[in-house]
Amino acid sequence: MATGELTPAVHEHHTSTGLDNTKMAMWAFLGSECLFFGSFISTYLLYRNQTADGPTSADLYDIPYTSVSSFVLLMSSLTMVLALAACHRKDQRGMRAWLLATALLGMVFIGGQIYEFTEFAHEGLALSVSPFGSSFFVLTGFHGAHVTVGILMLLLLVGMSMFDRLGPDDSRKVELIGLYWHFVDIVWIIIFTVVYLIPS
Amino acid sequence: MAKTKPAYSRTFTRRAVRGALVLLLLLSATACARSEDVPQSSLEPAGEFARAPDVLWNVTLAIAAVVFVLVQGVLVFALIRFRHKEGRKAAQFHGNTKVEVALTVVPALILAGLAIPTVGTIFDLQGDPATDVMRVEVIAHQFWWEFNYPEQGVTTANELHIPVDQEVVLELQGAATDAVDGNAEVIHSFWIPRLGGAQDMIPGHTNFLRISADEPGRFMGQCKEFCGLSHANMRVVAYSHTQEDFDAWVEEQNAPAAENASGDAGAGQELFTETFDVRSTVVEEGADAYQCASCHAVQPGVEVPLRTGPNLTHFASRSTFAGATFENNAENLAAWLRDPHGVRPGSKMPALDLSEDEINDLVAYLQSLE
Amino acid sequence: MATAAAQGGLFRRPTATTGWWSWVTTVDHKKIGILYCATALAFFVIGGIEALAIRTQLAVPNGTTLTAETYNQFFTMHGLTMIFLVVMPLGVGIMNYLAPLMIGARDVAFPRINAFSYWVFLLGGLFLYSSFFLGGAPDGGWFGYAPLSTQLPGNGMTFYALGLQILGVASLLGAVNFIVTILNMRAPGMTLMRMPVFIWMTLVTAFLLLFAMPVIAVALFELMFDRVYNANFFNPATGGDPVLWQHLFWLFGHPEVYIMILPAMGIISDVLPTFSRKPIFGYAAIVFAGIAIGFMGWGVWAHHMFAVGLGPVANSAFALSTMFIAVPTGVKIFNWLGTMWKGDLHFNTPMLFAIGFVSMFIIGGLSGVTHAIVPSDAQQTDTYYIVAHFHYVLFGGAIFGLFSGLYYWWPKVFGKLLSEGLGKVHFWLMFIGFNLAFGPMHILGLEGMPRRTYTYPDGMGWNLWNLVATVGAFIIAVSIAVFLVNAVRTKRKGREAGADPWDGRTLEWSTPSPAPAYNFAEVPIVKARDDFWHRKYVVKPDEQVTPVVAGGAVAAHEDEHDPGHGIHLPAPSFLPVLAAPGLPIMAYGVIYSWPLIVVGGLLLLLALFGWVLEPSEVEH
Repeated sequence: MATGELTPAVHEHHTSTGLDNTKMAMWAFLGSECLFFGSFISTYLLYRNQTADGPTSADLYDIPYTSVSSFVLLMSSLTMVLALAACHRKDQRGMRAWLLATALLGMVFIGGQIYEFTEFAHEGLALSVSPFGSSFFVLTGFHGAHVTVGILMLLLLVGMSMFDRLGPDDSRKVELIGLYWHFVDIVWIIIFTVVYLIPS
Repeated sequence: MAKTKPAYSRTFTRRAVRGALVLLLLLSATACARSEDVPQSSLEPAGEFARAPDVLWNVTLAIAAVVFVLVQGVLVFALIRFRHKEGRKAAQFHGNTKVEVALTVVPALILAGLAIPTVGTIFDLQGDPATDVMRVEVIAHQFWWEFNYPEQGVTTANELHIPVDQEVVLELQGAATDAVDGNAEVIHSFWIPRLGGAQDMIPGHTNFLRISADEPGRFMGQCKEFCGLSHANMRVVAYSHTQEDFDAWVEEQNAPAAENASGDAGAGQELFTETFDVRSTVVEEGADAYQCASCHAVQPGVEVPLRTGPNLTHFASRSTFAGATFENNAENLAAWLRDPHGVRPGSKMPALDLSEDEINDLVAYLQSLE
Repeated sequence: MATAAAQGGLFRRPTATTGWWSWVTTVDHKKIGILYCATALAFFVIGGIEALAIRTQLAVPNGTTLTAETYNQFFTMHGLTMIFLVVMPLGVGIMNYLAPLMIGARDVAFPRINAFSYWVFLLGGLFLYSSFFLGGAPDGGWFGYAPLSTQLPGNGMTFYALGLQILGVASLLGAVNFIVTILNMRAPGMTLMRMPVFIWMTLVTAFLLLFAMPVIAVALFELMFDRVYNANFFNPATGGDPVLWQHLFWLFGHPEVYIMILPAMGIISDVLPTFSRKPIFGYAAIVFAGIAIGFMGWGVWAHHMFAVGLGPVANSAFALSTMFIAVPTGVKIFNWLGTMWKGDLHFNTPMLFAIGFVSMFIIGGLSGVTHAIVPSDAQQTDTYYIVAHFHYVLFGGAIFGLFSGLYYWWPKVFGKLLSEGLGKVHFWLMFIGFNLAFGPMHILGLEGMPRRTYTYPDGMGWNLWNLVATVGAFIIAVSIAVFLVNAVRTKRKGREAGADPWDGRTLEWSTPSPAPAYNFAEVPIVKARDDFWHRKYVVKPDEQVTPVVAGGAVAAHEDEHDPGHGIHLPAPSFLPVLAAPGLPIMAYGVIYSWPLIVVGGLLLLLALFGWVLEPSEVEH
């Protein structure tokens, strides 16, 4: 009777599909996130014109401004790719630099969101004003929360690398965060298109 | 190898089967109950729009019953025929493609067969109404029904009157807010089983329900969508009349209500228009002084300042009150006025802290509103 | 060596393998499975008491046992408890214990996340129930239709929104865990089409959870924002649409019912062959029917909304999709019958419950098809006819199936067999009580009795059957008591089971009972479906089944002290149980005081931080 391959719990193991466990888990999780954001986007689409007595999207949206912040977020995906490339070629310092750049660009994006939301609030838009207000803020707010979590994870990666907890063979973790980051970016592209660009 | 004791007893099977048959008989006996015993039965259609679903139901039930007998029969047969006995060997087949295909295709065909009349009836019931329909607007509140007859100019509450042989289109208007406290109105569902299926009444939406009655009669119904504390107490009564009687009812409703101005009833009338301290946060602050008359109209065509309570025009001509929950008699009216929230939890009628004399007078007044 | 990895973490990893601390820090799927099932059974008793209170109130017209306020809380909590705190976790618990064993793995893909899921579930359930002591439990129904749910006074419905969110986190993480485990950690030779049907159903269930939980999460967030922060998602005064809640809720809600039934279907698909002494009939068809149900289940949600006024086109479309989902369901029923056909049927307790499942599910499935007839559903919906239907499929179906699994695998988990005598008493009492309780509800519904009503008047023709239903409910209660007595007595003096008391077909029976911490001394190489059975028996061309000559079958080693070469097991950890309270603390913060949100969030964050830095394995 032959002995089977032992299967320890995490890395360095054979998997039935050949795909790493944590990577498969991330893909599955991102699949569920598609429905999460899809449901909020559907809610927004339903309510984009229910502005009650409050401001409308035409009153508020500053497309050039939001285009710039969208561009910033897009660039952060580029820096993320560069970080992973650095990791693959075992360039720890380069990886840290690009990861930091990604986090920074993410922070600029969040800063831009906060500024934009404060402006809208001054113009009279709030959760409590109209279904449009509710769905706009909750959709973009949750997206911002996801970006923030991503920033925290990026900074954690940088920290781990600095304290030698992220080995040169550990591109897997960087790849995982990269997957998440790109997903959050794609969601933003959809939100930007559906919410800002397509007129109500 | 595992040792299993043959624990199955044949006499037990027989007893179980007998018991099941008895139960089945009892169940079918009840299913044949008559409408007087079961006033809200959906199996006793009294009009065209209740008959259509009933026909579909009978066909579906028949098919389901046959499938039930066949499939449960195969199960019971297998349990008896193939139970373990000394020396019994299980056949080791893994499947049977022909049987499996047949048992996929045949149910699909049966269902397709059912689908055709189903879709047909869906479109019939929700299709364009006949040309000479009578329209009644229905607005649902917590926990009572408001009926407006635009063509007849009648406004009433909780009791619906319709002529026989007449398609009635109920326009179920979902009010967005509750006129009493300004909160959003909740979802209700209008249902009189013997006259038709239910349709929900959703704030911000308008739905349509077609009903008709073949014969004069009295039909009971209820709100079917959980709407709060007194969902169970939100009932409705419908009366169908010959055309003559219906016209007479309309005339009566449009005539000024007789108000007996003497004795207890007279005192009650005064109370009705007297300002009260209302022990309730439910009624809007700053509204026109809290009188009974602020919320309840007692004459046809009168708009009350707050328009929040059931219209009480010709109240004494109704057989029930308070969401058709209580019989309209002195004792019930007194209990209601004494403690509306006690008898109908969550009611938006404010508690008035009336003395027994005041209650007595008001009851006399209400009963004078012929 | 062992300690090098342990030193790396912020705190040393616990090492206890016995005692209560080992349960708190366990990441072993078997212990977690037991925790899930024990907790779920406790909630079953509580949900059952709520049901008895309801039935006592409704035994007679104008009942006075419960006020309307209390009744509304009880029926809401009964539904929430049975769905989220009983049927789902019982399924997950059994899946937890069995899935790695059945696929030849040592544990799930993410053992700490597995533990975290359990603790979040427990704390979520406790959070939900704390509402009874903090001003009143949710009272808007388990389905929470807005705008009633957005404006019910008090904190009850806020507990509902937040409690279900917490439970949803546990379910979602569990789903990811099982998908990765089943797809990635199968023993060599265990191809997808060699997996037990139970594993397939677990996989489909996990995908359904993965995609359904986010939808209700969105609905619950919108409800929470409306209640706590004055948002307008469901406020008709400003243009909000209550129907949006219904669409979101039922987009989750319908897959949810398949999430509840598929594990039970999987269980009986493994129980029936064992006690019929023959393989499952039509394995591929049952698997594909399960997958089909998983897909089609997304296309029927608006059959819960036939009276909403969606229009004849939408209603017809959903009527058709609902009718056609009956086809794969029927395939499964026929295949279960085919499994028993020409078998050698042994009516042990697990088999009785499995047969009960098939029989009751036929009834529940048929009544379900009648709901698809839209004009007829306009009469049936929101009446006791619907209550009858879903109790037939969820109690007669899911609960019976889950009990079948409990009786079936009890010896594997605890090493002892539950008493057959008491088991049969449990089954028959439950079967009779169940049918008495819910059979008449079909009639009550057709005779016009609506749901969710705290009382009914005299003279409606409903008195007799309500009383019968109440009697049935109490008989069910007695049957549960019998089960609990059985469990306790078995613990004290039950019969030793041995590795393979039922002469089973699947891999879990090849391990000792109880299964050792490492599951398999040597990871099996799988050569066929029902591999374990094929190692015991050979089927001759004339269909004669003969035992394999001694030496061929795997002998289950009783000796745990020498499992062979070093087996890597995931080490225990207290970070899951440390992180889990972060969620309910944040939830209390939303209700009472926002600084708590920060406190809970920080706890969660710091614990996750420690978790990430903790090494994931220690040599055994």
